[in-house]
Amino acid sequence: MTIYTMTIITKNEARHLLKQMMQIRQFEDAIMDLMARNIAEGGSHLYAGEEACAVGAMAAIRKDDYITSTHRGHGHAIAKGGSLPELMAEILGKETGVCKGKGGSLHLADVSKGNLGANGIVGGSIGIATGAGLSIQLRGADQIVLCFFGDGATNTGLFHESLNMAGKWKLPVVFICENNLYGMSVSVERACAVNDLTKKAAPYNMPAECCDGMDVLAVKDTVAKYAALARKGDGPAFIVCNTYRYYGHSRSDPRIYRTKEEEKSWRDRDCIMAFGRKMQEQTVLTEKEVADLEKEVTAELEAAVDFAIKSPDPKPEELYRDVYFEM
Amino acid sequence: MREITYRQALNEALSEEMERDQSVFLMGEDVAVYGGAYGVTLNLMQKFGEKRVRDTAISEAAIIGAGLGAAITGMRPVVEIMYIDFMGICLEQIGNQVAKIRYMFGGKTRVPLVIRTEGGAGRTLGAHHSQSLESWFIHVPGLKVIMPATPADAKGLLKSSIREDNPILFIEHKMLYNVKGPVPEGEYLLPIGKADVKRPGKDATVIAYSRMLYSTLEAAKRLAEDGIEVEVIDPRTLLPLDMETIAESVRKTHRAIIVEEDTKTGGTGAEIGMQIMENCFDELDAPVLRIAGADIPMPKSAVLEKLAIPDADRIYREIKSLVM
Repeated sequence: MTIYTMTIITKNEARHLLKQMMQIRQFEDAIMDLMARNIAEGGSHLYAGEEACAVGAMAAIRKDDYITSTHRGHGHAIAKGGSLPELMAEILGKETGVCKGKGGSLHLADVSKGNLGANGIVGGSIGIATGAGLSIQLRGADQIVLCFFGDGATNTGLFHESLNMAGKWKLPVVFICENNLYGMSVSVERACAVNDLTKKAAPYNMPAECCDGMDVLAVKDTVAKYAALARKGDGPAFIVCNTYRYYGHSRSDPRIYRTKEEEKSWRDRDCIMAFGRKMQEQTVLTEKEVADLEKEVTAELEAAVDFAIKSPDPKPEELYRDVYFEM
Repeated sequence: MREITYRQALNEALSEEMERDQSVFLMGEDVAVYGGAYGVTLNLMQKFGEKRVRDTAISEAAIIGAGLGAAITGMRPVVEIMYIDFMGICLEQIGNQVAKIRYMFGGKTRVPLVIRTEGGAGRTLGAHHSQSLESWFIHVPGLKVIMPATPADAKGLLKSSIREDNPILFIEHKMLYNVKGPVPEGEYLLPIGKADVKRPGKDATVIAYSRMLYSTLEAAKRLAEDGIEVEVIDPRTLLPLDMETIAESVRKTHRAIIVEEDTKTGGTGAEIGMQIMENCFDELDAPVLRIAGADIPMPKSAVLEKLAIPDADRIYREIKSLVM
């Protein structure tokens, strides 16, 4: 049970945070439904359960900041300002998708919104985030980068190479490990030489902190603290958000590596329920306002799904387009 | 025209482009203080400062990943991987990320990234410092692969590569750095994807690139003494391949030979040869011939190393027996 402290938060901000978390949850639920109906083909790694991480982190940065995302990236794309219809159309591989149907779930990206992309390779975008940080530093800009990845990625070589580079050069990158306790099926306990993942950043000359990834305000506060340091040139940081993926790794995951009790214990701390309840307790939002928000999001998702389903497939002539920029 | 080395030509290209465009910067192992393992970036740190000429840790994957991240956010990085043999360490970043990001994002980004590296045998460095791995990369749509042989081509193509908004793998050859040749002074740009006829001829078309161009030109001179005039074409860019120039030549000579230093099976010659078959089958008077490296890990012994790759003697003999 999370013990919340009193936080000063405006009605608008509470609505924004709650709404984004609801959008992500309903987006993922809609994909589950579309997969069950065989409308969504291929794989999808769903973010349901982890919403507080993306929403809290994104609430702590500016629009012109960059992010890199992961194979479980729908939440990051939505929280970074992606359009629900365009994202849903991309999941279905449609012409109207944010990547014209060429990326899909694993490659959601919108460079115009600072989202440098989800990634099909675990840990594959950590170098890209580091390079975006180097670019910011070389340009003398005051942007920062949030680099999202999971617990599994902390065991890859590129993670260590990149954190070393960012630590050495004091790059403005906040590395955010969403620790949902499992790689595909192998737990942190079974895969990592240390269970405390904050220790992974220890050799790289940057602060590391753990926070409750089920508490949107805790994530926001932690990210805000290190984002501010990075922005003023104090270099990178490493944050571990403890969280949980409700649907397991992917559609075909039987979840035999974890128990029903464990799943329930995380669902009991659900980030959307907890935050909605807290905002009501603190009289920031009324019960009706929360319920109305839910309905508003449901209508948005219905429209997004409808748009995606009705959108045309990419035209055959798109096949060879976009491989190269025509000079 | 003045003559400078291949190394100087590359150094000039980097220096001129860095002067011209503030967004160009260099990054790699030992490129700054040391000036590059083969001296290509010598004095550039002194000229442009440590910010723009950056020594990295030994982290090939992060060098490529960070180059990509910088390239899609406003910079024009030129990164160096010291030996092409080290590509295995960063192949994921090149093959999955650098080459694909534009397509995966529906064309909504550009990747002005140059990856410089060098390859090839000749220094008896053994199996981890002597390979020719270009064929790995011509198999990757989204990349452009350039392998210049002459100092002038090295300068003109490197300058064009730095101005290109697509990722370029620029493969130099360790045995060519001291080779001298004429290079025009001042601004000199060459088109990417355009082959060059290095010697005109009518009896056979010989396609040779990188160091093999020199052995082939030597063989061509000896063949001429025997009355055989071969046309030597250097594709210079392996991906995309200038098939038009090659096919035009084959239609004239009716014979095609590919000389390559890389191992034969699944090599660059296999691709070029097949494209010749597809484009000029009816024009051919003989099967396409490959003169290629042996299918072995490169041995240390100087005697064995020499046997592992084509030389002018072998090229001369094999072409002669095809043409006669």
